Amino acid sequence: MALSRLASSSSRSADLLKPLCSAISLRRPISTDTTPITVETSVPFTSHQCDTPSRSVQTNAKELFTFFRDMALMRRMEIAADSLYKAKLIRGFCHLYDGQEAVAVGMEAAITKKDCIITAYRDHCTFVSRGGTLLEVFAELMGRQAGCSRGKGGSMHFYKKDSNFYGGHGIVGAQVPLGCGLAFAQKYSKDEAVTFALYGDGAANQGQLFEALNISALWDLPAILVCENNHYGMGTAEWRAAKSPAYYKRGDYAPGLKVDGMDAFAVKQACTFAKEHALKNGPIILEMDTYRYHGHSMSDPGSTYRTRDEITGVRQERDPVERIRKLILSHDLATEKELKVLLTKFIYEAISMEISLDLFMVIDI
Amino acid sequence: MLAIARQRMLGQSFKKILPAVSVLRSYSSAAKQITVREALNSALDEEMSADPKVFLMGEEVGEYQGAYKITKGLLEKYGPERVLDTPITEAGFTGIGVGAAYYGLKPVVEFMTFNFSMQAIDHIINSAAKSNYMSAGQISVPIVFRGPNGAAAGVGAQHSQCYAAWYASCPGLKVLSPYNSEDARGLLKAAIRDPDPVVFLENELLYGESFPVSDEVLDSSFCLPIGKAKIEREGKDVTITAFSKMVGYALKAAEMLEKDGIYAEVINLRSIRPLDRSTINASVRKTNRLITVEEGFPQHGVGAEICASVVEESFSYLDAPVERIAGADVPMPYAANLERMAVPQVEDIVRAAKRACYRSVPLAATA
Repeated sequence: MALSRLASSSSRSADLLKPLCSAISLRRPISTDTTPITVETSVPFTSHQCDTPSRSVQTNAKELFTFFRDMALMRRMEIAADSLYKAKLIRGFCHLYDGQEAVAVGMEAAITKKDCIITAYRDHCTFVSRGGTLLEVFAELMGRQAGCSRGKGGSMHFYKKDSNFYGGHGIVGAQVPLGCGLAFAQKYSKDEAVTFALYGDGAANQGQLFEALNISALWDLPAILVCENNHYGMGTAEWRAAKSPAYYKRGDYAPGLKVDGMDAFAVKQACTFAKEHALKNGPIILEMDTYRYHGHSMSDPGSTYRTRDEITGVRQERDPVERIRKLILSHDLATEKELKVLLTKFIYEAISMEISLDLFMVIDI
Repeated sequence: MLAIARQRMLGQSFKKILPAVSVLRSYSSAAKQITVREALNSALDEEMSADPKVFLMGEEVGEYQGAYKITKGLLEKYGPERVLDTPITEAGFTGIGVGAAYYGLKPVVEFMTFNFSMQAIDHIINSAAKSNYMSAGQISVPIVFRGPNGAAAGVGAQHSQCYAAWYASCPGLKVLSPYNSEDARGLLKAAIRDPDPVVFLENELLYGESFPVSDEVLDSSFCLPIGKAKIEREGKDVTITAFSKMVGYALKAAEMLEKDGIYAEVINLRSIRPLDRSTINASVRKTNRLITVEEGFPQHGVGAEICASVVEESFSYLDAPVERIAGADVPMPYAANLERMAVPQVEDIVRAAKRACYRSVPLAATA
């Protein structure tokens, strides 16, 4: 993960933490242990026109801590973006992903950088999971040259071509045919890789999606269509927008899998399964059952079309970061206190670069 | 119509058939004639041969040999992995083409006519044209969108619109419109080699027209620069700008005007975006009068942009108001007499040029 590559001990802030870290000895080494651990997904998978993968997922301590760090950092990044937007340092649109982190992190764990990802406008965390830095995220959001699109794109247009992340698209549904085009190019170039085209439950009704799926199925393209179903297309609940909200079945002739999108291991397992399937048999749909805590964007309070009880309910029962935290604790990999310290350390590592950088305003067009 | 011989082509070689009546534009001893269709086909063939990343997609481009036979023989030569027949789903296949271009391939997407490009216009503008800028140069989109544009004959309102002005207003796109076979070959090759999205506006009625081409044009490395107009005919009294089919009309108008002592300079724009403002303005500074000709709707058209450019850069050189000849401000009617009135005719260009030269001009005859 890119987050681990950031400078740690060079900044003074991280130095202050050193005595604290060394005072705590962990029962097992935290970042390097690859002893296999088996976890069960929260619920079994449901499938349409295909077999289901097993509920048992292989992982290890290293991966658990990576998941924890990445998702916790993403969570705090989105919350920080919320504050920056309210302070008017971020302008225009800002669509936050907190609650949905498991999809980005679980997917990345199942694939390589040769596989392509393309998504819509809720792209901050997907960009980070593909190797983008927090600096690039915040600089872009604030319109600075150090941003991933040099300040010319904004929140909805993050790209990282060297990691095969193709954005960042503002037009609902457009990214799905584009993703199928990436898959076409991968097959044409004989790259033995796949493309994950992410879209929401709102976009799932777009005609161009079915046009692209039709062509992908006809031409056997290695395209995986991932519906991040957070149950609300802006302010419209799925049952008001879709006659059939069983999005994993909407591919008809294309197989589909329904996945608990709040469980990073279920996501990882499903993506591994889908990649293998798509390389041999063509397109497959993954429906990630997930949830966003924020409204559709910063101008949407998110509570006019759903109850606060529903939001708190999901946060208490299904929060993806909390699930990993509980797994770490239940497998005796760290104590609560150690985890808190670790998280602080991760945050300081991640933001230490920002303290020392000059951010210039974009002066050219 | 143009008094130029038509001929048949067999594969890549062609025989010259001496017609009963013909006028050859070039008097070089090696003057060959090819149709615009042959020019486009050979350009596609050569670019596909030179670069394995180039592939074609569109409705009927493969097994049908192309709706207008532009892609004839290419499926047989390059196989179904490089010449792809698509379902009738423009939004879907255009998006797929743009996605393939993101990855680094070089798609040539055919629209059976540009009227159908409206189904895919979001991908042309938002996914293709703007991506290089939005990604600060990370994503380049080397795609070509090609197909017939503008009025055909009797195809009615939904199949006759000219899209030059709409696409040319969009930063991030290049918009080309060839007239003759040399243009067709050189500009299509340039478009395919270009790293940015190019909208290539052909004309169905020109596909079958033959034009002389030199050996240089027939060479596989031949390429025309994007953004340069061509002065098809030099003159001193009035500048006439045109593109695509209207270049032929403007040339005929120039011949008629010559009989009345008016020497018109005819500019073949070739490139609508970027527009060759320097060639146009240099010409207007010489002749002091300007007529713009286009087939499309008059409001916010190509002529409006040319007029604005000339007013901005060469206002003091103008001796007469700029006049734009355009299609009628009405959806294209079907009846032949109405259609004739809805599209510019040679006489309209002649009358406008005379008005610019302060000659008295009879009222337009009814069709």
